[in-house]
Amino acid sequence: MKKKKCIAMLLAGGQGTRLFALTNSVAKPAVSFGAKYRIIDFPLSNCTNSGIDTVGVLTQYQPLVLNEYVGNGEPWDLDRSYGGVHTLPPYQAKKGGEWYKGTANAIYQNLHFLNEYDSEHVLILSGDHIYKMDYSKMLAEHIAHNADCTIAVIDVPAEEASRFGIMDYAPDKSVTSFEEKPKIPKSNHASMGIYIFKKDVLVRELVADEADKSSVNDFGKNIIPKMLAAKARMYAYQFDGYWKDVGTVTSLWEANMDLLGDKPAFDLDDPSFKIYSRNQPLPPSYIGETGKFINSIMTTGCEIHGTVINSVIGEGVTVGKGAVIENSIVMQGTVVGKNVKIKYGMIDEHVTIEDKAQIGDDKSDKTRIALVGRNSVIKRGTVVPSGDIVDNGGQE
Amino acid sequence: MKTLGIVFGNIHDDEIGELTAVRSIASVPFGGRFRLIDFVLSNMVNSGISKVGVITKNNYQSLMDHVGSGKHWDLSRKNGGLIILPPYGGGDKDLYSHRLGAIKNISGFIRHCDEEYVIFSDCDNVCNMNFASVVQSHIDNHADITLVARKKNLINQKPRTIMEVDKSGKVTKVVNTTKAQGENIVFANIFVMNRKFLLNLLETASELGYVSFTNDILAKGCSQYNIYSYMQDGYFATIDSLGNYYKHSLELLNKNIRDELFYRDGANIYTKVRDSAPCKVGSNGIITNSLIADGCDIQGEVKNSILFRGVKVAKGAKISNCILFQDAVIGEGSSLNCVVADKLVTVLEGRILSGHETHPYFISKHAVI
Repeated sequence: MKKKKCIAMLLAGGQGTRLFALTNSVAKPAVSFGAKYRIIDFPLSNCTNSGIDTVGVLTQYQPLVLNEYVGNGEPWDLDRSYGGVHTLPPYQAKKGGEWYKGTANAIYQNLHFLNEYDSEHVLILSGDHIYKMDYSKMLAEHIAHNADCTIAVIDVPAEEASRFGIMDYAPDKSVTSFEEKPKIPKSNHASMGIYIFKKDVLVRELVADEADKSSVNDFGKNIIPKMLAAKARMYAYQFDGYWKDVGTVTSLWEANMDLLGDKPAFDLDDPSFKIYSRNQPLPPSYIGETGKFINSIMTTGCEIHGTVINSVIGEGVTVGKGAVIENSIVMQGTVVGKNVKIKYGMIDEHVTIEDKAQIGDDKSDKTRIALVGRNSVIKRGTVVPSGDIVDNGGQE
Repeated sequence: MKTLGIVFGNIHDDEIGELTAVRSIASVPFGGRFRLIDFVLSNMVNSGISKVGVITKNNYQSLMDHVGSGKHWDLSRKNGGLIILPPYGGGDKDLYSHRLGAIKNISGFIRHCDEEYVIFSDCDNVCNMNFASVVQSHIDNHADITLVARKKNLINQKPRTIMEVDKSGKVTKVVNTTKAQGENIVFANIFVMNRKFLLNLLETASELGYVSFTNDILAKGCSQYNIYSYMQDGYFATIDSLGNYYKHSLELLNKNIRDELFYRDGANIYTKVRDSAPCKVGSNGIITNSLIADGCDIQGEVKNSILFRGVKVAKGAKISNCILFQDAVIGEGSSLNCVVADKLVTVLEGRILSGHETHPYFISKHAVI
């Protein structure tokens, strides 16, 4: 078989505890986004659009929905006879087995996968960012620099810089410093958690890291600083498109809202760079005589009889007469009853909101979002105040 | 109960000339994101049929493009799956002018299949029905041929195949006529035969010089063969004219019909996935009683209409009682009433177009107005 130039390893095992009820029964990359997508659609589609046809998806936390969703990779054109998408959960071996300890350990435990494909380069991705990026451009720079490791960076506002891994680089793009979540940031170039390594270098570093008992086996905390200290050839790849870490309820809400408006901050309507997803075979959405749908997006199978303003409505959602949904996210299969009011709400999949219930109140804003977890039932007339979380543990 | 499915991909092309100028009837767009053939293919697959041959004759590029390997209908299979059956051999034009000729032409294919039953269907039927129960009734009746039929109150005069049926459901008389009026039992152009019976029948038909399936086999065969009917009483639309196409399309704005057609017992209608972005409605967009597909961008007013994927309606534009196919662009301030616009139509700013509900104004593919 012809060797692949670059394969991708997608870290999708994170729990995403700051998404609370949304990730009780699904892994963060499987959380719904933008009416018809899940977070993992973005890195997977980016791979397809960048000519990368082999992706290992490392799963650990609540993998069932994610595994089912990724399936054979067909929606992303990743059903290949050589390559394609592979889910890689932790496994038992002769010497015993263990959970993935950190991001680097997760890759380490799948060295057999890297060695099997034996590609020249390996792209490391995480499953919790919303962005469109052509990785082939980054790979081209990585190769041109003859780099051991190339790290994608994006400029963030100075006041937010201390939340990220912050790097500085010389005019030739070689990395001069890297600090994980610094108190006093030296620059505003934040690491996007996207790395390309020469495969041999990556294997060598992972083996060394595993042998180091003091390491927490994390790329940002261990591998990158150690390589930098050892004067490895490390380069930055400057990215200037839209990129959003959706690790919190507020940032997930903001990223959804970025899809709205005449000139949205993040425009998905681009036939030359499509984001692919797995969807239900449903008819187009219907807006009825009493329906109002203003500055909002939705996908197939919806029935809208109420008012929807500045909101994102998922697949197969029903909105009853007299209901008013504002500044909210309603995910797939949810039924919103008659005369329901939702303000700054985030309603997970397959929720039933009975008539006259109220989600959020006058105090609601994007920092006080009312969150309703998957499969919950909100009884008739119930009020869920702003900032509250309703959660039944994801039970059917 | 292994069953082979055969779809007539070109039958009745001529009756709806506007829409089939650039495609076969099978790939005529319908319902905002579907093509007519999606209904019959989905019905087959939802009934457990995993081998489907599609007979094509001409203009089948867009059909091939639409069905591809059949994977969207779960018909990309190692054994069976979707098989396109284009014309074979040359010269003999007559082969394809009748249903019987079309079947004869694929007799080699049918001979090499091993399914016990064969179900045939046209692709201009819009319905969500369980073919498995048609085949079961065929078996229960020990029938040679089972014809799917429906009761219909006929008003206008068109060529039709009507039948008489006794209490047991046995067909006693079949006639082709244009004169039928009032309530009749009409052949729905879906039928089942045992595969071996079919092969014998084709040989006999050759020997006797039969040319028409309905005239020569059904009409003459009522006394000779066990022909049974299967009454279909759910929603069923036959698309045989532009006016009809328009009428049945807009029926989808009725929730009961949508439920029956797209959600019956969890049986969905599958189609080619286009991965459009979600549909977007702007601050000035007003939509009432309409179906809106993914990828649409609506800044104007839309009423009683069906918008296919990727339609853009600019500010101040008014769309009412229209069916706009994929990627239509409607300019600022334009007003459209009772219009059917084919794919990739551009209506510039300030245009006013109007048809009538029985005779919608048709704009052909790629046109710029």
